Amino acid sequence: MMNRHLVQRLGFILLGVISLIVVLPILFVVGNIVVQGIGAINWEFLTAMPRSGMKEGGIFPAIVGTLLLVLGTAVVAIPVGIGGAIYLAEYARDTLWTRILRLAIINLAGVPSVVYGLFGLGLFVLFLQFGTSVLAGSLTLAIMTLPVIISTAEEALRAVPGEFRLVSASLGGTRWQGIRHIVLPQALPGIITGIILGLLRAAGETAPILFTAAAFYLPRIPRSLLEPTMALPYHLYVISTQVPGMPPRVQYGTALVLLTIVLSMNAVAAIIRSYFRRRREW
Amino acid sequence: MGKTDHPSSLLHPRWGEFIIESLIRVLAFSSIGFVILIFFFLVREGLPIFWETSLDNLFGTRWYPTFGLFGTLPLILGSLLVTVTAILIALPLGVATAVFVREVAPNWAREILKPMIEILAGIPSVVLGFFGMTVVAPLVREVLGAPTGLTAFTGALILAYMALPTIISVAEDALDAVPRSYRDAGLAMGATQWQTIWRVVVPAARSGIVTAVMLGLGRAIGETMAVMMVTGNAARMPLTLDSLFRPVRTMTATIAAEMGEVAQGSVHYHALFGIGIILFIITFIINAMAAVTIFKKPRRGGLR
Repeated sequence: MMNRHLVQRLGFILLGVISLIVVLPILFVVGNIVVQGIGAINWEFLTAMPRSGMKEGGIFPAIVGTLLLVLGTAVVAIPVGIGGAIYLAEYARDTLWTRILRLAIINLAGVPSVVYGLFGLGLFVLFLQFGTSVLAGSLTLAIMTLPVIISTAEEALRAVPGEFRLVSASLGGTRWQGIRHIVLPQALPGIITGIILGLLRAAGETAPILFTAAAFYLPRIPRSLLEPTMALPYHLYVISTQVPGMPPRVQYGTALVLLTIVLSMNAVAAIIRSYFRRRREW
Repeated sequence: MGKTDHPSSLLHPRWGEFIIESLIRVLAFSSIGFVILIFFFLVREGLPIFWETSLDNLFGTRWYPTFGLFGTLPLILGSLLVTVTAILIALPLGVATAVFVREVAPNWAREILKPMIEILAGIPSVVLGFFGMTVVAPLVREVLGAPTGLTAFTGALILAYMALPTIISVAEDALDAVPRSYRDAGLAMGATQWQTIWRVVVPAARSGIVTAVMLGLGRAIGETMAVMMVTGNAARMPLTLDSLFRPVRTMTATIAAEMGEVAQGSVHYHALFGIGIILFIITFIINAMAAVTIFKKPRRGGLR
């Protein structure tokens, strides 16, 4: 029989190796895109319109389009998401309706992104006649982002100790005053983290905007919310699958810009979280 | 504290509270409204397919829209093949990583692993698809000696990594919820830490790990862009043993690839929404099953 401490040693080493198998490809993906894409990045690439069938020039309209979509998503998803989180964390009792609500949110989180695209096409583009537009895309992305914001914000609100609410109530504050002046400020870093994580997902998604907002090639900034727009993720999809003879430099450059936007949002969220976790008073 | 806090709200405290509470309630319950709206619009655009063509055709084995053939079976099986393979790869990797992070890893390793996994969760699907096309697919082609690297296996590999962050974080939470006393009891009986992990802690976290797999499955079956870019998109029945190493077509990729080209209101258009209905129902069931275990978790917070 093998020595059981030896088994443990080997087992732990195996777990470490598996974790490396998980992590190394991540490093490789990011490293590969940075190394191959960095050469494409210059002022023109970031600020010029695409030229010669997107093979030259820049990706400015795609960058602006993605920022517009994220902004539109934020305007809708933040108030609705925070409202939902406050209800679930502060008001809801464990009733049948609350359970149905939770089931709905879990389900929203699980709806495939391309199904959101179909839904946005059916409701916003066709039924409400917004057409393929920034507006339709933002609304579709907002509903997709909602469950991320609700669940992280709820988590942040729940982490605030019950005593805070009790003290507020004992001083004669109403329930809303307690939430508004005591609980929300305490939970704010967690809520902001959740918002960033939700918006980051919206920035990187392609399938929901395929039929609701994205333009194959539109070398200008959309003039109104009712116009379609280029967007970084869709642009990357287009130039890597739909346009033959695309120089890899441009493909990698686009991937790098998208990756940089998304990962820097990720980093900001992580910094906020760890900074406030260290200095909170409870 | 400004004067707005007390005097003004003392005038009509009940009204203010009532309006705010109602608003918050409306915002919260809008989520239920959205789920209903999603289902309604899928059905509105997709249901006609069931009388526009025969059920035989719909559940047939051939998907050739230009010839009026809308057999969804190869697409459903394609999605299943890619998703199940992905989970078979991701489950052992994910659980082992979660156990390592939670139970074994020294602090410095944890500080590196957790942010890396968060980075993976943040990489957009289309970027992973692009990486899959340019790096993984040629590699798969070399290794297999196949005519193309765009295969079900390539898709499963990419999908496995996309499902990993979900599986790892949910499994980690499940391990975290196992009381310390369980571990102490195991160690006090003379078991090594290794034995305690696999015979006490992991079995105790079983239901949470099942949830992790369900959520990973739900994420994998709905994944679109990466899968579309690396699986080759051939709508054929994956019935033979080597189908894993051949091109395959999933439900999600079919919708994404074809919706842009169909005329609104055509049979093909309704068929694509029909696939959307199938996807919605599958993910709804998977997530409802995962939710059952989530509901059992005790919650804290609120003033009640």
